[in-house]
Amino acid sequence: MDFAIPNYQVAIPEMFILAMACIILLVDLFLTERTRSVTYLLSQSALLGAAVLTLTTFSEGSQLAFSDTFVRDAKGDVLKAFIYLSTFMVFLYARSYLQVRNLFKGEFYVLGLFAVLGMMVMVSAHNLLTVYLGLELLSLALYAMVALQRDSIFASEAAMKYFILGALASGMLLYGMSMLYGASGSLDLSEISRQITTNQMSLVTVFALVFIVVGVAFKLGAVPFHMWVPDVYQGAPTAVTLFIASAPKIAAFAMMIRLLVDGLSGLQSHWQDMLIILSVLSLAVGNLFAIAQTNIKRMLAYSTISHMGFLMLGVLTGSSEGYAAAMFYTISYTLMSLAAFGMVVLLSRTGFEAERIDDFKGLNERSPWFALVMMFVMFSMAGVPVFLGFWAKLFVLKELVHAGMTWLAIVAVIFSVIGVFYYLRIIKLMYFDKAEDKSPIEKNLDLHFALSLNGVGILAMGILPGSLMALCISVFV
Amino acid sequence: MIELSSYLIVSAILFALSMAGIFINRKNMIILLMSIELMLLAVNINFVAFSYYLGDTAGQVFVFFILTVAAAEAAIGLAILVVLFRNRRTINVQDMDSLKG
Repeated sequence: MDFAIPNYQVAIPEMFILAMACIILLVDLFLTERTRSVTYLLSQSALLGAAVLTLTTFSEGSQLAFSDTFVRDAKGDVLKAFIYLSTFMVFLYARSYLQVRNLFKGEFYVLGLFAVLGMMVMVSAHNLLTVYLGLELLSLALYAMVALQRDSIFASEAAMKYFILGALASGMLLYGMSMLYGASGSLDLSEISRQITTNQMSLVTVFALVFIVVGVAFKLGAVPFHMWVPDVYQGAPTAVTLFIASAPKIAAFAMMIRLLVDGLSGLQSHWQDMLIILSVLSLAVGNLFAIAQTNIKRMLAYSTISHMGFLMLGVLTGSSEGYAAAMFYTISYTLMSLAAFGMVVLLSRTGFEAERIDDFKGLNERSPWFALVMMFVMFSMAGVPVFLGFWAKLFVLKELVHAGMTWLAIVAVIFSVIGVFYYLRIIKLMYFDKAEDKSPIEKNLDLHFALSLNGVGILAMGILPGSLMALCISVFV
Repeated sequence: MIELSSYLIVSAILFALSMAGIFINRKNMIILLMSIELMLLAVNINFVAFSYYLGDTAGQVFVFFILTVAAAEAAIGLAILVVLFRNRRTINVQDMDSLKG
């Protein structure tokens, strides 16, 4: 037996986040309510530090470590950078929301950092074991975060539903992994990929693939495995919804790429058909059900479902340009969803959640600037030209047509046009309806600044989408 | 010598039972937690059986990780259950209907 010392260099950002999470957990014990901001500042600096570590050691090639269970490559690094960015924004937006609700505790930040660690492991997974461990680390942290508001009936019910369905999804994914292990004799993703392409693929592999696709679809929230999404988004405190709706989507996308593209590319013709069904259903259900909602968090949840359908359209093309388009879609969706839930956080105050769509009525009278920012976000989500969301949709549709699936592109466009209705309704309420509640928006400098930056960023990146797209393409080709 | 397929059938039956437990059960939330545990155990049987017949220990290592994660998962599940019971004074699955639309 030889015990080679693993190449720790490869996983430096992960180890840094882990160490910081443990340190913050300890430091937080010695803080009082008044000095709790130290936890917040330490968590933000942990994310900044990890970003610096990731970006300074960025390299084009891919490095394997820890008996090939962990991989570090360019696409992983880019996805991780956006995970840090969106978590940073979540912590920034959530701060005042948590403070007024007596939720400003160390647990939120420690669980958030452990979730980030889980996502990083998922992004860098090169083995079924690391995929599973990363996923569970993320999910367990999220279940606890949803239940953070212990006296809320809705939050605890949402946490229970999320827990049951999330555990069911992990069970399905694991069953698929066990079958895949039996069929290929290995847990290593590239070894599995080699086995599938060289050997005659058996019925067992396709059987395993079904379970794995179901597990991934559950985590993304694609129809018919979407039942948890609206309930969790609505029931969780908005600060946690903000988190669930942003960074974990990047991780779920990474998991899909690692499993289906890196591991099971030999079965592409099989998973392509499954993803077509999932994405068409997601687009239909997401856009149609969103119209009927009166709660904005629930409406945005259905909108998420339709966006996940769009994202899968990019992946199912099976070309590296298609994966790049899907990655672009994931990143731009994350930025838009941060801004949308950030607006809900902005309008809420002590004892008032601003959850109803009607709470946006007459926002233009109360704050013309934030009405404009919300309009940017809604236009971008709807896919109106010049905004970021338009390019995201356009790149996916272009790759679909390239792959010869024009009918699918037409279906996607039809459902997107239906979806425009409920985004425009928000804009109509903001600009043409009388405000029911005239109270001015609470002053909060860092939230106002970050949200403005986020809204303007969506417009600016929509005007110049080239560099982000080039980045996405460069990591896949 | 017991055939590999026998193990797989046992595990598939257990897996199907746990799925049925989750979807048919309309009464008690603790049964849901038990079904989830059963599901993970079904997967463990699969892994151990494959690992033995392939002569590869990686599958058995995976089982240890699943057991550990299952313990953490049960802890979080029961904690959420306690919070839920404190708020609503019931753990009946049918009463979990305050979130809908």
